[in-house]
Amino acid sequence: MIGTLETGHGLWSALYWLLGLAVLSLIVYFIYSFGGKTVKASGDKGKPFLSGNEMVKEETHVKASNIYWGFTETLKSYYSPLKGGHTGNVNDYVSWFIVVLAIVLILAGGL
Amino acid sequence: MINEHLPALIIGIPLLAAFATPLISKINDKLRNIFVIGVLGVTLCLVGLLALNVFENGIFVYVMGAKSTGLSLPSGYRMPIRIILEVDGMSILMAIITSIVSFLGAIYSWAFVEKETGKDKYYTLLLLLTAGMFGMEFTGDMFNFFVFLEITSIAACGLIGFRINRGESGEAAFKTMVLYTLGALFVLFAVGILYGQYDALNIATLASRIQYTMLDKIALGLLIAGLAMKAGAVPMHMWVPDAYAEAPAPISLILVVNTQASLYGLFRVLFTLYGVNISTQTVGWIIVILGVLSMFVGVTMALIQSKLKRLIAYGAVSQIGYMLLGVGVGLATLSTPALQEYGIKAMEGSIFHIINDAMYKGLLFLTAGAIIYCTGKRNLNEMSGLAHDMKFTSIFFIIGAGAIAGLPPFNGFASKLIIYESVYKFNPILSVIAILVSILTLAIFVKIFQSAFLGPKLMNVKKEPKSMIFAMLVLSVIVIAFGLFPDVVVDKIVSPAVNALINQMDYIAAILGGT
Repeated sequence: MIGTLETGHGLWSALYWLLGLAVLSLIVYFIYSFGGKTVKASGDKGKPFLSGNEMVKEETHVKASNIYWGFTETLKSYYSPLKGGHTGNVNDYVSWFIVVLAIVLILAGGL
Repeated sequence: MINEHLPALIIGIPLLAAFATPLISKINDKLRNIFVIGVLGVTLCLVGLLALNVFENGIFVYVMGAKSTGLSLPSGYRMPIRIILEVDGMSILMAIITSIVSFLGAIYSWAFVEKETGKDKYYTLLLLLTAGMFGMEFTGDMFNFFVFLEITSIAACGLIGFRINRGESGEAAFKTMVLYTLGALFVLFAVGILYGQYDALNIATLASRIQYTMLDKIALGLLIAGLAMKAGAVPMHMWVPDAYAEAPAPISLILVVNTQASLYGLFRVLFTLYGVNISTQTVGWIIVILGVLSMFVGVTMALIQSKLKRLIAYGAVSQIGYMLLGVGVGLATLSTPALQEYGIKAMEGSIFHIINDAMYKGLLFLTAGAIIYCTGKRNLNEMSGLAHDMKFTSIFFIIGAGAIAGLPPFNGFASKLIIYESVYKFNPILSVIAILVSILTLAIFVKIFQSAFLGPKLMNVKKEPKSMIFAMLVLSVIVIAFGLFPDVVVDKIVSPAVNALINQMDYIAAILGGT
């Protein structure tokens, strides 16, 4: 059937996947429609709330540098040498290039 | 008549148009833009014609200025001495990508560089870069490969440093030029070694004579390092974020294909030039390790970036890793029963990923370009709530991000799924790393979406010009279509490319059979 890809271990069809997604969405909507309709976003309920502090809407946006802070902080021991290796110095770029060349020559060439 | 000369026309038309562009610029800017887009549109059609020809009749051999590929001496000695273009399934796949991306890059450029000066030079270099890539993909000669590699390098560096009012562009162009020049010198040195030993530059002739001597091994090392560097493999990737981030967005789009053209060169060298003569297991593992390093280091470095295009550029490095991984597995299993069992599938996944990557990564660079164009900002920390004003770009970004992260039903999922499954049979740990990298890729694009598109509206934003929306729309349609019908792409385009790579003898016979 068109749209069915042989992956070597099984089959994949995006069309069937979309069909499944549509059915699932209908079920979700059906359950959702039973939910209460009394929540109002006006007044205090509509105000932004961040860690117990009341803030104006414009200040609530989490900046890109703060996203995944916990992840990068935890992996500091991995990131410190990695960032240190990316010096932005073209001499280092060339050095890495030469190092790889040497390793490839040793491994591929059996030197 | 045209059919007989397609490869030469595909290289020649953008090459000649490049030199005509400054002259047409003297008449009118609009006319120049129409001319460039028209030329690349015609080239796209010619590539389509050539693709039909190659898929129907097999390898297309074109000899410049003669009918025969070589010269026969009275003694009976025969040798291909002419400039030969050889187009097989792999070459045409790359040409399809190049023609689509260059055409869309020119359309996008119309509005993107409209207010800039020096557009005659910009379009000249864009056409030269395109012609150089076609040359790399079609040439059947190692020295000409080097020449076209240099053409692309010079044009690419000129375009990366196109705007020198920001100092970073000039610095990025300089760094890229240093690396490109060194890489090209390595390639030239390798070509010299091969020529010195075998008195030939033709790839098919060299492939038929190669002995895998110590000098051949040195040449192989030089070629792997030089081409893997230009493809952006870790740890030789550091020029990539500099170059991609500083180049104008449509050029970043074309640079993606430029790095893939180098990847094509690497695959051509490994499979067609050396083939089973090398220790496929060892060299295959070298490629696999370069791939895994690229995947992991690329994505983890992307995670800590706050500049939009730099972040996407590190993501691009990561995607190169997938291509190296699958093809590395294919090479490691070459001439073993495992090739049929999962090696070919791994290569299919990787080659399919090349075409997918060009489309979705190109799309992401164009959305980044649209953001920079409309807001004037490059730093994600300064952005917020762009989805309020840039609705089209938001949708295109979601499509591109979903595809690069390997979410169904987009095209990236289909190629990554093939890679995961086939690589798992080779080494399960590699497959696990590939899946982990995909999850991290999703995380980095969620970061962009959250910080740039979501949140309160904090700035005034210009509207995206129509030409930019058109280019992004076409790429989005391709991303979705390839995702919905991956089987068609794999059967019609990818499988012939994989067969072309693994059947070294067919490539050799196409030239030497007609000498």
